[in-house]
Parts: sequence; structure tokens; C-alpha cells
Amino acid sequence: MSVGTQTNPHLAPTRPLGALYAGNARSVMLRGWRATASTNWLVMLSGFFEPIFYLLSMGLGLGALVGTITTEAGQEIPYAAYIAPALLAVAAMNGAIYDSTWNVFFKMQFAKLYEGMLSTSLGPLDVALGEISLALLRGALYATGFMFVMQVLGLNLSWWALLALPAVLLIAFGFASVGMAVTSYMKTFQQMDWINFVLLPMFLFSATFYPLSVYPPGLQLVIQALPLWHGVELVRGLTTGLVDAGMLWHVLYYLVMIALGLVFTTRRLRALFLD
Amino acid sequence: MPDPVIVAQDLRKTYAGFAAVDGISFAVERGESFGLLGPNGAGKSTTMRMVGAVSTRTGGSLSVLGLDPDRHGPEIRSQLGVVPQSDNLDTELRVRENLLVYGRYFGLPRAQVARRADELLAFAQLEDKAKAKVDALSGGMKRRLTIARALINDPSILLLDEPTTGLDPQARHILWDRLFRLKEQGTTLLLTTHYMDEAEQLCDRIVVVDKGAIMAEGSPAELIRRYSSKEVLEVRFGSSRNSEVAERLQGIGDRVEVLPDRILIYTGNGEAELVRLTDAGLHPITSLVRRSSLEDVFLRLTGRTLIE
Repeated sequence: MSVGTQTNPHLAPTRPLGALYAGNARSVMLRGWRATASTNWLVMLSGFFEPIFYLLSMGLGLGALVGTITTEAGQEIPYAAYIAPALLAVAAMNGAIYDSTWNVFFKMQFAKLYEGMLSTSLGPLDVALGEISLALLRGALYATGFMFVMQVLGLNLSWWALLALPAVLLIAFGFASVGMAVTSYMKTFQQMDWINFVLLPMFLFSATFYPLSVYPPGLQLVIQALPLWHGVELVRGLTTGLVDAGMLWHVLYYLVMIALGLVFTTRRLRALFLD
Repeated sequence: MPDPVIVAQDLRKTYAGFAAVDGISFAVERGESFGLLGPNGAGKSTTMRMVGAVSTRTGGSLSVLGLDPDRHGPEIRSQLGVVPQSDNLDTELRVRENLLVYGRYFGLPRAQVARRADELLAFAQLEDKAKAKVDALSGGMKRRLTIARALINDPSILLLDEPTTGLDPQARHILWDRLFRLKEQGTTLLLTTHYMDEAEQLCDRIVVVDKGAIMAEGSPAELIRRYSSKEVLEVRFGSSRNSEVAERLQGIGDRVEVLPDRILIYTGNGEAELVRLTDAGLHPITSLVRRSSLEDVFLRLTGRTLIE
């Protein structure tokens, strides 16, 4: 193809997102899949077992002492069935966060992987979408495994539980998207530790192990502003069969998270590697 | 007939008030091998990044393959091969996988990439290492793999940022040989380097860049002819005697430069000058005849010390 004679520098870009997106996020995912398959799969397994251990120790162990718990709708359910959906949401979050924070941080700061990718015809949105999708996939894998364990233990109380799978996909997508956006602004290991500093209390306090009603009203509002609470409520509603239209707000919350994460990640990658 | 694939006119890049590239103009013809020479911080890499469509310019105009990099980044990048200054190979993937995955970034079909990867492994003399881990490769091998990777999309232009910095002589020579083959096949090369010998090996034409501006332009031979001599005779008489001896060196060489530790005599024939020296009764403690290097041309252009 001869392009040497083509001299029209003011030609409009051929696609609306031309400089940002080449429609090839798949190649970025494919890369991540190969890399995970060859090097990281043991680390990957550990993330899968973490929520299962919580379920066994807290749900079955502590649950024997707690007995049943009364939900906000007044339904009596076993303690394990109460916390299992919360841990399912946590599993999705963990999987998504692992790939979208530490992995991304390493690739940006040390491996210069994105520098290499962005000197090909890929755009920053391809890289963002590819990496986030991979994180999402990991979250989905963790969650599916966890759902299976829940089914075996008889903790899925309703057929609505089937919808918990797309719900955790949404949750994983949200966390992956925001996780990568936040990570793209991080420069040091110390800053990366802040992420854990935020995640741990969020995990413990987002109505994961007990109802929101134990908090005073002011604190309830704080918890309700956090993303994990929305995930927990959404999944809990589905696996326990207490479904109502208000759950759509949780969905909307995650859709906004996904959009914001994608916008900021793309912007930041562009600023960093395509200045 | 001239067929420029890269045209830069008064190209500028400013970072927070600092002009990294300050009005550079040059044109690279199709099939030409063009070198940007200069010290660290001269603006070489910034220029390369703008040509590579990964950095937008602050001013001037730039056309790569007839397109504006600020507007057509992906289209331009799809036809470039980039060898960055420091290797950014994918260490989580094996050698051949690096080529396969990189090819897919360009959206090329799997079968085509696989075929090309095998050709390039042969070209880079890495066939035995196809399944090796990247970290297990030597510096020279990593460099060759990076070059192979840059060729996966069959680029019209290959951009090389200091391709042999940090390599041992054997590795450099192998690399030069590979790059020379590409040049023979008609690939346009744009490279930056510190080394005059590298530029002489590979470049048809050179611009010398310093502080973001072009100091000189020409073929390696022209530059040496214009700004230095073919050879340099370095003699040492001991720190205390150098300047005293220097007065007796009238008429020797094309030009004499006295440094605190040694005297440089620029000449077309170093050995002959050395004979003339000893005939004149001057016996240096040590003497060295070498070819002119970038340093000689460059220091001549920018002045040696004390004008910082």
C-alpha cells in the first residue's frame, strides 16, 4: 500500500474514537490470559479460596452460635445464607481488584507493558477495556466457583439466585474499572497500600456480616455510599429471593462506576503514554 | 525522485516551559537510513516519540507517511516498527509468544502472525530460544527480539532509539548486521545513537542535535570531513609537560587541542603524525591513534569545556 503520496494532514479521523480505540481490546485480554496461564495461576487460586474460608469459618462456625438472622423485610434466614451472598460479592470484588490494581501497577511502573502496547495501533481505550475485561473475567470465575459452593451447601434460597451471576459480573466490572483508574494515578508502593486500607474496612463493614440496622442513621448513610454495600444488597436480594425494584439503584450505581472508571483510565493512559 | 516518508518542519515540543525540541526540521526519504545524533537530553527521544505518534507536538508541522501523527496516531503506528531505548519485552510471556501477542495488537490474523513470528525468529537468530523465558536472554538477544517484535507488522519505517547502547561488541556487530540487512531490503530506518561508529555503519545521513536544535546535517563522512579529521592522535606527555610541548607542535596535524591530561592532534593519518612527532624529538609517554568519533565532531560543534 502506498501512503507516501497521500498528503492530507487535515483529513478527519476515520472513527469517532479513532485515536482512543482501535476495536481490538481482545488482543489485550488474550495477552493477559496467556500470561496468567503461564505464570500466575497459583496466585489466582489463592484469591478464590479466601471467601470460601470466610464462609466456612464465619457462616458455618459462627453461624452455629448465631442461628438465624432477620432481614429488613422480616424474613428469617440461616446466618450462613445471610453472609454467603455478601461473600459472593466480595469474591467478585477481590478477583477484579487483584487484576486491576497490583497487576496493573506492576505493568505500568516496571514492565512498561502499556508503553509497548500503545506504540502499536492499539489505543488507550483498547488497553483499558482489555485489562478491565480480564479482571472482570477473574472476578466472574471466583464468583462462579463460590456460587457452586453455595449451591452445594444449600445457601441459594431462591431461583432468583441464577441472576446473581450477571450481578457479580456487574460488580466485578465496576471494581475492575475503578480499580484500574485509581491505580493509573498511583506512583509508589505506599500509595498502593492505601487501596488495601480502604478495601479491608469496606469488606468488614458493608453489611457483610450483619444488617445495616445495627448502625446509627448517620453511619448508615456512609456505608450506603460505598460500592460494596450496593453489591452485597444486590446479590443478597437475589440469592435470598427478596427482589424489589429498588435493586435497580444498585445496578445504576455500578453502571456509573464502570463508566467513570473507563473514562478516567483512558484519559490517564493517554496522558501518560500518548502525551 | 524524492519521496519523503517523514517531514518535520520547525518541530517543537515544550514540557512545562522547557523546550525539549526547539525547532527541528528534517526530511527522511523512503528507504533511507537516517540518524539523530546527540547527547542525553538533546531531544532525540522526544523527536522519536513525536514521529512514533505517541507524543503530540507543541508547534511546527510533522508528516509521517503523509499523515499527521496528532490526528492519525493509530493509522501511523500500524505502519511503524518501534524499538524503544530500554527493552519493554513482555517478561510474563515466552520469546515466541512475545511476537505472537504483539502481532495481535496490530489486529493481524493469527495465522499470518504465526508465520511471520517464525520468519522473524530466524532473522533474529533466536530459533533455539523460541520457548525460552525473556529474562533468560542475554542483552543482545533481548535487543534482537525487540527488533524482531518491531518487524511483526511489516512496517514501512523502523524507529530505533539507541539500539545498541549497553551491548558488548559482539552483540553490537550482530545487531548491526541484522539492521544492515533490513536497510538492504529497503526498510526506512530512523535511529538515534551516541555512537559515531554506529552511525557510520548504518546511516546514510545524520543530523547532530543538541539542546533541542540541529547543529549539523550530512553523511557521516561529510560531517567528519567538515568538523573533524579522519583520525585523531592522542598523546600524553604528563600533566605538567602537556602545555609546554604543545607550543612545539606547530604545523603538526590539521588542528591541535590541548587538554589538561592529553593533547589531541586531528589528522588524516595518525601514524604518520606520530612518526613526525618522534622525528622532531618528542617522545610521548603514551600515544593512541583512533578514528574520529561523535565526541570529536560533537565537541567541535558545541565547544569543549568552560562554556557551560
